[in-house]
Amino acid sequence: MAETIEYNGKSFDVDEDGFLLDFTQFTEEWLEIVMKEEGIAELNEEHKLVIDVLQDYYRKNGIAPMVRVLSKLTKFKLKHIYELFPSGPGKGACKMAGLPKPTGCV
Amino acid sequence: MAKHETPLLDELESGPWPSFVSDIKQEAEVRAKNEKGIDFQIPADACDDLLGLLELSFKDGTTHWKHGGIVGVFGYGGGIIGRYSDKPKDFPGCSSFHTVRVAQPGAKYYTTEFLRQLMDLWQLRGSGLTNMHGSTGDIVLLGTTTPQLEEIFYTLTHEMDQDLGGSGSNLRTPADCIGQSRCEYACYDTQELCYFLTMMYQDELHRPAFPYKFKFKFDGCPNGCVASMARSDLSFIGTWKDQIQVDQAEVALYVDGTTPANAGSHSGRDWGAFDIQAEVVDLCPTDCMSYVDGELKIYDKECTRCMHCINVMPKALKIGKQRGVSMLAGAKAPIVDGAQMGTLVVPFLEIDQTMNKQLADFDTEEEWMEYLEEKYEALTEVIEAVWDYWMEEGKNRERLGELMIRQGLQRFLEKIGQEPQAVHVDHPRTNPYIFWKEEEVEGGWDRDINEYRKHHAR
Repeated sequence: MAETIEYNGKSFDVDEDGFLLDFTQFTEEWLEIVMKEEGIAELNEEHKLVIDVLQDYYRKNGIAPMVRVLSKLTKFKLKHIYELFPSGPGKGACKMAGLPKPTGCV
Repeated sequence: MAKHETPLLDELESGPWPSFVSDIKQEAEVRAKNEKGIDFQIPADACDDLLGLLELSFKDGTTHWKHGGIVGVFGYGGGIIGRYSDKPKDFPGCSSFHTVRVAQPGAKYYTTEFLRQLMDLWQLRGSGLTNMHGSTGDIVLLGTTTPQLEEIFYTLTHEMDQDLGGSGSNLRTPADCIGQSRCEYACYDTQELCYFLTMMYQDELHRPAFPYKFKFKFDGCPNGCVASMARSDLSFIGTWKDQIQVDQAEVALYVDGTTPANAGSHSGRDWGAFDIQAEVVDLCPTDCMSYVDGELKIYDKECTRCMHCINVMPKALKIGKQRGVSMLAGAKAPIVDGAQMGTLVVPFLEIDQTMNKQLADFDTEEEWMEYLEEKYEALTEVIEAVWDYWMEEGKNRERLGELMIRQGLQRFLEKIGQEPQAVHVDHPRTNPYIFWKEEEVEGGWDRDINEYRKHHAR
């Protein structure tokens, strides 16, 4: 059941799990919406680095990076990524970065 | 009265086998009556709607669950399988129907107290439907909504001391055969090893860090009661290194028909009197047995420990005393490049039979874990070497078995520190495309064509 979220004059089309249906709809306002759902009180530089890295990688490669690649690119250990994004790199960081929902045998 | 007409499903209520349709209907009725006055946290008619949706699938011949679903609990990257119906308006009771994987105890031994507590939780916060158990081993709680996930997780951990199982690109829930709890063939304590490794690698289980999924399974002997060789990336199969223990007096009782062969497994049909020559000696795959003058002899050097003779005469033949495990790697289902069974990579790692302390022998669980770390150090070294290699070299969604094929068994053995041995192969290669390392070849690879031309004119 796709729905549309209105927030600060912007609208976002999302699926049941709260993932953006269209990457191009990503804006700074999107971060504020997802923060609350994902248990993040405040966005710091490290959050932003992870989000930037995910978005750059997605624009260049058309897929999300493997966890190992994300760790290498950000120089954050997986444990630290969970400290930043309690739901983890898939449900937390990818959702926040506006990337499509992870698929497969999850 | 049922909420939906289910003529096709109703057919499955006949016949002798326990009917899942009758059971779900019964649960739907229990929820409709609600004699306990439960404040159901998901729709009370979830079971009715599930049957309605399933009936529709029977009619259409297609699934009515949408693609994927990403839900979970904070701190973990897996454990819950999100699922949404594509007919939420017609069947609102199961529009969200997420599956919760709950870690099961070793070999699935339970007390009713535990199961009742789990069911009280699930009646309140879920559909009341389960799968006991998922193929990997988990207790599967079938059907709940997103807001209930953290609530369920809180109760599981705070009140039941119980964790979620695994899902995603990580170490999935390990599982074991019943092992030494109720089997005299068990060559090691499968439940202890399964529990120890599950606890040891909780991080790897809850937070996906791997190229793809990875499974452990523990069989006490080559009979494979948990099918580790077919259904786990790293399979631990118990075996022994010394002689099969033969009790000739017990052998005589089989021969004269006092003790039924195979513990009576074939008693449903008359197969004639037990014939030790035809049913044991002649069926031995390596032909290393003889039965002459009332004495059964085994030439153990040639025995491959297939279990056949022990399976046929369990009272007369026992596993050896020097016990341990074989490790096999790479089993997987067909996708992407074909099904694989485990390949023998570590023929024998002895498990110290004198180290047999229980949790009760220690003051704290931590001390017990430290003891187990020492006991199973040789095993965890191999496991971690396998992971180091696969995590570095594995492509996205590449199972260990596929990496082994892509880069070769030699490289795998090198990475896990195993010397190649004849037992690593079923037969030697038949093609001559043999790679040599440069250092193995005198003179190396750097050659000058002009040197060659001095002796061989164009």
